Amino acid sequence: MNAHQSLAIGQPIAPPEAISPAATDADAMVRFEAIAKTYPAYRGKPGVNALENIDFAIPRGSITGVIGRSGAGKSSLVRLINGLEKPTAGRVIVDHRDISALAGRELRLAQRSIGMIFQHFNLLSSRTAADNIALPLEIAGWTKADIKARVAELLALVGIADKHDRYPSELSGGQKQRVGIARALATRPSVLLSDEATSALDPQTTRAILDLLANINRELGVTIVLITHEMSVVRQLAKEVVVLDAGRVVESGHVADIFTHPKHPITQSFLAEAIGDSLPVSLASRIMAEPAAGGLAVIRVQVRGAGAGDTLVARLARELGLDVSLLSARIDEIGGQHVGSLTLGIPLGISGGEDAVTRTLAWLSQYQFPAERLGYVA
Amino acid sequence: MSPELINLIVQATGETLYMVGIAALLGTVFGLPLGVFLATSRKGELFAAPAINRVFGIVVNATRSTPFIILVVAIIPFTRLVAGTSIGSTAAIVPLTIASAPFIARLVEAAIREVDGGLIETASSFGASPIQIVLKVLIPEALPGLLLALTLAVVSLLGYSAMVGAVGGGGLGDLGIRYGYQRFMPEMMLAVVVVLIALVQLVQSAGDYLARRVNRRLRQH
Repeated sequence: MNAHQSLAIGQPIAPPEAISPAATDADAMVRFEAIAKTYPAYRGKPGVNALENIDFAIPRGSITGVIGRSGAGKSSLVRLINGLEKPTAGRVIVDHRDISALAGRELRLAQRSIGMIFQHFNLLSSRTAADNIALPLEIAGWTKADIKARVAELLALVGIADKHDRYPSELSGGQKQRVGIARALATRPSVLLSDEATSALDPQTTRAILDLLANINRELGVTIVLITHEMSVVRQLAKEVVVLDAGRVVESGHVADIFTHPKHPITQSFLAEAIGDSLPVSLASRIMAEPAAGGLAVIRVQVRGAGAGDTLVARLARELGLDVSLLSARIDEIGGQHVGSLTLGIPLGISGGEDAVTRTLAWLSQYQFPAERLGYVA
Repeated sequence: MSPELINLIVQATGETLYMVGIAALLGTVFGLPLGVFLATSRKGELFAAPAINRVFGIVVNATRSTPFIILVVAIIPFTRLVAGTSIGSTAAIVPLTIASAPFIARLVEAAIREVDGGLIETASSFGASPIQIVLKVLIPEALPGLLLALTLAVVSLLGYSAMVGAVGGGGLGDLGIRYGYQRFMPEMMLAVVVVLIALVQLVQSAGDYLARRVNRRLRQH
């Protein structure tokens, strides 16, 4: 029996509290307070302000995505959480402790409650899967018997109990990351940091690993912080998101809110990547600027919100008595909310009259669907 | 070849193995930690101590650039201090150790630097101390390279040991010089060379075999 599969049967969880921009939540798992991180000039390279004015909290038990382009400061941010790096200014509070103030043995003890997984897995090639998972336990001074029992438990948890004695060179990418996850969870941490953990994996394996992380979050209550440059990862897994650009937080909050109403250009570009905003080529090539008698007006409607687009076309057709054509549509689900766009064809009058178009736009505006006229097709 | 001569060869082989064996052991005892330190003490590294790193680096280079025969005679007072005498196989172990430790240190440094830096970060991330990182990550991961380094050091020591005849160290090299060269006994010279070649082959094969065995589980088959 496979423990990984049994994990998949879980109860849906209530959406966690929103990220507070003021970082005042009493029950935040991780809280950044006025963080700045500067790398000094070194060997002719100029200094870099990697992070500035970082102030936000990660709710306990949440899955929070930190998304940004490369160089946005994601890696520095995540390394502040487990004390691998120190902030130049400000404090990082993890589970009510100021980790940025710890050093030496105290820091090492605190690090045992923070697990981390990596893009390139970082497994020891000289150790089997089981021995890799045992490493943090050996370091924490567990007894051999305790380690053995815990490792067996972890291998089952990540669904690779049969790979116990395999060396990393004998494992696939997905299996290696499962070992990495088991190792990160070995000391029962309260936070799991994922640094681009699926960026080296194919889409199918990525999905399986993200499912595993979701189950771990649900079953063990571990707070997960996902560093990624891939919108698909945030969309599939995260409930909260922090958008980083050039070392600053440009937006943060519920995934659904942020991506249904993106404000910052960088957020909009991530969204466009995820849902694809362009028209099909065959349609785009036919669009004209002037109406043609008996043709269609092309209107694009933005769909944002729970179940928002479901009945839109049917209602529009029924309430306005129009033969609405659906020219193209793309609707995705992000954080339980529908996000996408419908491209509709509204029939023009015999002489090219736009009465129906005007009524349609008024109706859409009445129900608060953002819409724009792209042009006309014959 | 007379039994007396064969006896001489056996005795000299014993002396060589004794000197090289002990010197390799002591060279590793000093060279391994020194090499690990050299590999981890530059700016921003595990045991960051750039100044000490530089000093050790200079000492290592100085020792390695001194010709071995010069080193042997130059440190005779030190040898006498350590071994109680400056003559004989045991005394010869002192210069052999002093020559091999920095050599081993440089080879160890190179092998340790080959280990993926991501593994150090990983071990740090779950709270490993620098010592734990060295013992549980760096040395096990560098093991194939370390075994080959040690093999190379032993082979070099076999060569060096031929020169300690200059201070009465005995061994195969000394035998070859005194009997083969000075007494014009080409068969003795040949025998010494054959035994040395056999020893080097043996050491190299054993080292290769061990490194391969360790390596096989690390890399793709």
